[in-house]
Amino acid sequence: MTQDLIPIYIYSRKYYVPEGSTIITALEYLGFKLKKGVGCKEGFCGACASLYRLKGDYKLKGGLGCQTVVQPEMQIVQIPFVPAPKAVYKIEELQPDPEIFVRYYPELYRCLSCNTCTKICPQELQVMDFVQAAVRGDFEQVANLSFDCIMCGLCSARCPAEITQFNVAMLARRIYGKYLMKKSTFLEQRLKEIESGKYEEGYRELMSLSQEELKNRYFQREIDFQIT
Amino acid sequence: MTRMPYYPGCTLKTKAQNYDLSTRAVFRELGIDLVELPRWNCCGAVFSLVTDDLLRQVAPITNLIRVQELQGTDSVDDPRLVVPCAMCFNVLKRANARMKDNPEDLKKINDFLYLESQPYRGEVQIIHTLELLKEISAKRIKEQVKFPLLGLKVSPYYGCNLLRPKDVAIDNPENPTLLEDFTQALGAEVVFNNRRLRCCGSYQTVSEKGLVADLVYDIIMGAARAGADLIITACPLCSFNLDWRQKEAMEAHSDHKLIPVIYYTELMALALGIGNGFGGEHFVDPQPLLQKFLEKEKGGI
Repeated sequence: MTQDLIPIYIYSRKYYVPEGSTIITALEYLGFKLKKGVGCKEGFCGACASLYRLKGDYKLKGGLGCQTVVQPEMQIVQIPFVPAPKAVYKIEELQPDPEIFVRYYPELYRCLSCNTCTKICPQELQVMDFVQAAVRGDFEQVANLSFDCIMCGLCSARCPAEITQFNVAMLARRIYGKYLMKKSTFLEQRLKEIESGKYEEGYRELMSLSQEELKNRYFQREIDFQIT
Repeated sequence: MTRMPYYPGCTLKTKAQNYDLSTRAVFRELGIDLVELPRWNCCGAVFSLVTDDLLRQVAPITNLIRVQELQGTDSVDDPRLVVPCAMCFNVLKRANARMKDNPEDLKKINDFLYLESQPYRGEVQIIHTLELLKEISAKRIKEQVKFPLLGLKVSPYYGCNLLRPKDVAIDNPENPTLLEDFTQALGAEVVFNNRRLRCCGSYQTVSEKGLVADLVYDIIMGAARAGADLIITACPLCSFNLDWRQKEAMEAHSDHKLIPVIYYTELMALALGIGNGFGGEHFVDPQPLLQKFLEKEKGGI
């Protein structure tokens, strides 16, 4: 079986790669040694952020190298890292107060609401909406809207207000998780049970089982818990 | 209940929550349900006068697209956008006017906002809460008043953003009467401060506290000379400056008289009998004064 080769441009040079390749597999096919700009290859780690343009389209697009399939005449460059200020703080000393954004990421308030961040996000997040939620101190909204952020940095690289959206969102999620999110009573209860030794015997029994017996137990287990 | 699109703005969600909460409460009492715009963003905070930097107009226009989106659902009855914050009102209304006057600009912005569900068509109408109250009529408000604020001497303060430039003014920019009519409808006594249209110092408050304190001293003393117990405003920044810069004004001027500053909606809530529980931080605490009227509501005085 032969596979069709299609032309693409990497760092402005023309190459031919198999149709259906992702940006990363195309680079590997061409013999590039990838020391940066590649990670899990499963679309989760955010290391392979890439910028590209398609033939006949003025729009500059962003995507993850491992998830973006190459197209004929596509121009590609990888953005392995985006320099960004990162606030250092002790979460215990912070309060869920909008003032923390003024303190750690004051550039947040330069947001022009241009939505450029949203246009480039490979995760298709509503980036501007969570930046705006941060502006008005709505930690829950930021946490929910930014939950799938993989911190590839493309938003920040494109932002005309030079905001580091992904770090702002991380700060918000940490504050939300520590101070605002409803705590699970189930977890607390289970921790107490573990501390009291309730499961010691069960663990000892499991440790003594053979692999075959363990497998049986695993497939027959009952899933019965509630998260409050 | 008439449902209308509502734009609170960032400050009403943070430092001026008392303005947001009291606004919603009083309009609910008057039969208007304010429906917060989904996915609204900062209005831009200051209207940009730069003619060749269209990007500055994107923030207000995106909000107006949100209004169109809301109008397209069946969640509002009256399509006009209600804005209580004087700053947001000024920015949104001026940006809207600029788009109406410059179809070229509107086209450029719409081209730029290609991710949006629809282009901005330039037809959204923006109305300030005070204009809406006028529409509802002083007569109707008077009828709804449960506890007339008899004997309370109130000095209305307008500032700049509601009246300037005159194209977006909610009333006669030289001689407005909206707040006065409103105050009278609540049963309070209107006190005329000839500094009621003066600038409060606006954002200078960040870097030039002394300058703002002098302006505030002049405004507050104008109200004091007229015998005011209380000042009402419709702008979070005016409110902040008039209240908190009294600290510096007091330190710089030994004859400074402290006067509490609240939002007109808070005053209205008191008269309508829906209370006083909207929070808000103050330098000059209005509570001792307001408590007297609250006691009357409870049947005390």
